[in-house]
Amino acid sequence: MATETARVAGVVDDDETLESGGRGRSLWSDALHRFMRNKAAVASVVVLILIVVFTFVGPFFSQWSIERIDWSILGMVADQGGPSIDTGHFFGADELGRDLYSRVIQGTQISLAVGVLGAAVAVVIGTLYGAIAGYFGGRLDSAMMRFVDIFYSIPYLFILILMLLIFGRSFVVLFMGIGLISWLGMSRVVRGQTLTLKNREFVEAAIATGVRPLAIVFRHIVPNLLGIVVVYATLLIPEIILLESFISFLGLGIQEPNTSLGALISDGAQTMQYGELWQIGFPLAFFVVILFSFFFAGDGLRDALDPKDR
Amino acid sequence: MLTFILRRLAIAIPTLLVLIVLSFGLMHFAPGNPFMGEKHLPAEVMRNIFARYGLDKPLWQQLGEYVWNIVTRFDFGPSFVYKDRSVTDIIKQGFPVTFTYGLWSFVAAAGIGIPLGVIAAVRQNSWADYVAVGVGIGAQVVPNFVLAPILVLIFTLWLHWLPGGGWNDGKWNYVLLPVVALATTYVANIARLMRSSMLEVLHSNYIRTARAKGLPGYQVVLKHALKPALLPVISYLGPVFVGMITGSVVVDVFFSTGGIGQWFVNSALNRDYSTLLGVTVLLGALTVAGNLAVDVLYAWIDPKIRY
Repeated sequence: MATETARVAGVVDDDETLESGGRGRSLWSDALHRFMRNKAAVASVVVLILIVVFTFVGPFFSQWSIERIDWSILGMVADQGGPSIDTGHFFGADELGRDLYSRVIQGTQISLAVGVLGAAVAVVIGTLYGAIAGYFGGRLDSAMMRFVDIFYSIPYLFILILMLLIFGRSFVVLFMGIGLISWLGMSRVVRGQTLTLKNREFVEAAIATGVRPLAIVFRHIVPNLLGIVVVYATLLIPEIILLESFISFLGLGIQEPNTSLGALISDGAQTMQYGELWQIGFPLAFFVVILFSFFFAGDGLRDALDPKDR
Repeated sequence: MLTFILRRLAIAIPTLLVLIVLSFGLMHFAPGNPFMGEKHLPAEVMRNIFARYGLDKPLWQQLGEYVWNIVTRFDFGPSFVYKDRSVTDIIKQGFPVTFTYGLWSFVAAAGIGIPLGVIAAVRQNSWADYVAVGVGIGAQVVPNFVLAPILVLIFTLWLHWLPGGGWNDGKWNYVLLPVVALATTYVANIARLMRSSMLEVLHSNYIRTARAKGLPGYQVVLKHALKPALLPVISYLGPVFVGMITGSVVVDVFFSTGGIGQWFVNSALNRDYSTLLGVTVLLGALTVAGNLAVDVLYAWIDPKIRY
């Protein structure tokens, strides 16, 4: 039984090596192969790419800016502000007579940008912090992780709102604030992975050949963490988008006339009683589709890159 | 057990201190002050106002007195905007509201989520399973601030069954929509967790033994499988608790319940720093205490946990 499995596996390996022109299969090409078999994940990535492309191409077709008020429909938005090709308001107009098409595009862009940039900050800080704490261990590790423990249990939403009030409700403060708190979870994940990596042979070999500790962290540990970091970051993006929308929904997020999906949903929620359902429908649809796609893509990535979790 | 609680306190207390110092510090680095209005006040008047609110003392002394007053007298100081009431009054007024539907939401999340997850696991691939899995996926992308408007749209604007806001001293029909808006995400997440951990337990060897002995199915599930399967759910109750506290901010604002979250957002918009600080400290302390309680509960139920 065992020999048979081995033989079959050997044959399969030989075949694949022959087909791919004699090249070995790396971790990443393996993962790509697994990812492509997950239809929901691939579809999600396609949808996300389409949405991003739309946010860049869409403005060329828009006939109104995000702030320009269409005086001809002001006060009659419920009757005349609906989605229409003729007026140029493809997604309708908001309560103030501004074009919802442009605003949804901008809101999507800002929500996505906050999510991606916030996750990027988390990746950089969290990876370095976690890898250093995990690799050096001992007192340094306990001090660093105790710090994370303490900050992790702070209800950061309130701190973030305070920061926005005090440093101004701008895009930069928003993503810096979110990035500054979202790296905590990342550092824990990375530290855990580093602990298992640092006893592996290649690290031992590096130590034996006299590589300096910091160089080991950057050259040998961090590249091997990439898989788990990518997975975690992909799942972090929708969480950050949710957080940002939450704050915008409360009216404490990014400042007018700029907008984000959460702010648009909040505006739409206030006017749906007049029957202006497009005002909540379009931002909500974008929001839900984006979140769904990120979750599915993240799940697919995890299955593809994290062999333990299958 | 005692050492565990002490060790856990060694994280909880610094957390609280960091929270207070951080929010206190942020407030005081804020540009301007709440008394700067349209009119320019003479410096003399300004000094008097500062003395009245204790803002003329050194920062560390203000901080010390602030913490001392909270701990000894539950006194959060005067509100900077509402001259006729203190922050403590505001908290006393708003907190019971939030607490009422928060508690109901917590009960609903566990009371519906756990049975749903168990049924989904026991009857895998039945309609109950599909409901649990479907709701679980849906709840990931429909957070409370999206659910709340949808609920109001359906039950208030279309069906006219339930009021879309207000509190009315907690009459049941006013409480229902806030509870549903707040609890649904957690019902779904608890059901999902419960389902997967129950499935794992049901496939273990000792369950097979119990079944082989000829025990009736319900007894296997309730007596043998439920307790170990509950562990991941209990560890998730901490995040649920935190989520309910932050979620209550949205619910308070959207349903205008007059709860503590509405005060938080209003004072954020009014720059009423003392109320903002008071609510932040209170909700932060609740969060920390809730996490602590869940951790202790977890360690009490699962003797393997000792760190």
